[in-house]
Amino acid sequence: MPTQHSRVKARLMISPAVLLLLGWMLIPLGLTVYFSLLRYNLLMPGMEQWTGLTNYRYFLTDPAFFDALRNTLVLVVGVLAITVIGGVLLALLLDQPIWGQGIVRVLVIAPFFIMPTVSALVWKNMFMNPVSGLFAHAAKGLGLEPFDFLAHAPLFSIILMVSWQWLPFATLILLTALQSLDSEQLEASEMDGANYVNRFFFIVLPHLARAITVVILIQTIFLLSIFAEILVTTTGGPGTATTNLTFLIYAQSLLHFDVGGGAAGGIIAIILANIVAIFLMRMIGKNLDA
Amino acid sequence: MGQIRLNEVSKSFGDVEVIRPLDLEISDGEFVVFVGPSGCGKSTLLRLIAGLEDVTSGRIEIDGADATAVPPAKRRLAMVFQSYALYPHMSVRKNIAFPLRMAGLGKDEQMRKVEAAAKTLNLTEYLDRRPRQLSGGQRQRVAIGRAIVRDPTAFLFDEPLSNLDAALRVNMRLEISELHQNLETTMVYVTHDQVEAMTMAEKIVVLQEGVIEQVGSPMELYSAPRNRFVAGFIGSPTMNFANGEKAAGHGAHSIGIRPEHLSISTTDGAWRGTVGVAEHLGSDTYLYVHLADGQGTFTVRAGGEYGASHGDTVYLTPDPAKIHRFDAAGLRIE
Ligand SMILES: Nc1ncnc2c1ncn2[C@@H]1O[C@H](COP(=O)(O)OP(=O)(O)O)[C@@H](O)[C@H]1O
Ligand SMILES: [Mg+2]
Repeated sequence: MPTQHSRVKARLMISPAVLLLLGWMLIPLGLTVYFSLLRYNLLMPGMEQWTGLTNYRYFLTDPAFFDALRNTLVLVVGVLAITVIGGVLLALLLDQPIWGQGIVRVLVIAPFFIMPTVSALVWKNMFMNPVSGLFAHAAKGLGLEPFDFLAHAPLFSIILMVSWQWLPFATLILLTALQSLDSEQLEASEMDGANYVNRFFFIVLPHLARAITVVILIQTIFLLSIFAEILVTTTGGPGTATTNLTFLIYAQSLLHFDVGGGAAGGIIAIILANIVAIFLMRMIGKNLDA
Repeated sequence: MGQIRLNEVSKSFGDVEVIRPLDLEISDGEFVVFVGPSGCGKSTLLRLIAGLEDVTSGRIEIDGADATAVPPAKRRLAMVFQSYALYPHMSVRKNIAFPLRMAGLGKDEQMRKVEAAAKTLNLTEYLDRRPRQLSGGQRQRVAIGRAIVRDPTAFLFDEPLSNLDAALRVNMRLEISELHQNLETTMVYVTHDQVEAMTMAEKIVVLQEGVIEQVGSPMELYSAPRNRFVAGFIGSPTMNFANGEKAAGHGAHSIGIRPEHLSISTTDGAWRGTVGVAEHLGSDTYLYVHLADGQGTFTVRAGGEYGASHGDTVYLTPDPAKIHRFDAAGLRIE
């Protein structure tokens, strides 16, 4: 047990680190709040002036904001659905004793090590390109009209790319969880008359609940801020079809040179992200206590 | 009904033959115990009967019908695992009801059977708890409850008591025996503990390295072990063995004599020795006597009040009717 004395000393000794971290967080946050209250346009340097909440009003009433909100939601939920369901199925598959298991596992993990920009460019130019892409060739081979993914289903295309990147992460975590399932439990349920489907829903899936929660929480944090894939493929278009909140803030600040508006968007994004986090923690966090 | 017959059943994992081809018959309502040292294939044999492993060769019949290729769920056997294998995310009630639910029984019917099983096993208060909120003995009872509700033709137990402490083990031993008396269902019970085997079994199957060494009632195994392995494995403390001169005197390659069949005297007897350790249990005293001829150490059971201590010289005399004689291959000589 630490004594009163040693506890005071301990606090004293970690305080520099805490102060540093606090500054690290508070200074940029404070500056962002400050900028968001200014009329600050990069085309008119030196003309910054106080405008109060005007930036917020403009950002929140911009129709692009609602599009971005919807796109962010679709992107996050879509990728989560694909990676969790796909991850569970892949984990079940990789858990089987198959020939060349080691190599297959490495191959499955590989996409996770590829930079987002690179993978997005590969998808865009080598797979989805309506003239020279592999999908176009495949379609022509089958006698079908090539489909221009990024023009006609841009958001879906981005969801596909991001899912491909995150599937390994989900698979890896779920596979580890699957391997920790006591085989006697499965055998007991088999003797109790559960067929494969029942075993999956009554034994395997509840066992995976915690791992799925972890996957959802971690991925949500990263998926809310998807940016590189959008920048190198669709740059938010066509129109605002693939503009998510992150990209909208970027566009506001650096394409429209409106730093004040961008900062206001940033603050709104922080608030929304926190609402999502609280919501998620409330909803599925109880899985983690057990 | 709960009659099981194994015919030339064998099992190999890769090149290793874990169960050599063996025959075994288990009659309806019998309490059979598989006993043997760790790794001898007891669990494997039980899992073959359960259908959790496929036989490499041979035939398994349950109630006269060929069950060799029948999947585990269809064999109407219930198994209690060593780890209990309870479903951690389900309440006790749901755990016990699980086999009924899988069988497609109605909700009311399920609950009625669960309540009945819980009552038999003193689990009524715990029905809404999760397995991890229960003690070892309670978990054990839930596992048994899950087996009972299915109304199986036979119960299979794989070392069900090995995770319990000594006092609880004695209790559960009695409870399982009592359950057998009440249900009159066939039970196949695996253990490495010969005391459990002796106290619970109607029929003991002694296994060693995948081979059945002997099948018989506890007293048959105790009084007429077929070979040295069974003689040494059954009975506690273990039998004393002697070779050479002492055995030759009885016309055998080796002889065995149980600690309770040796009489002890401080003045005269067949074999002289000095007391090494004396264990006083209250009811009995076990003396570990180093023989004077240097032919090893004999264990002797003396009365509870027997006052001997380290270094005392004593004489041991075997009860001639209780000497077991074995030939060079270790087989019993009648
Ligand atoms: N799935 C398996 N694969 C390979 N060897 C196994 C397997 N299961 C058991 N064995 C081997 O079979 C032998 C008997 O095991 P087991 O039946 O569990 O012994 P017991 O229950 O008597 O301790 C052991 O040597 C064990 O290593
Ligand atoms: Mg075993």
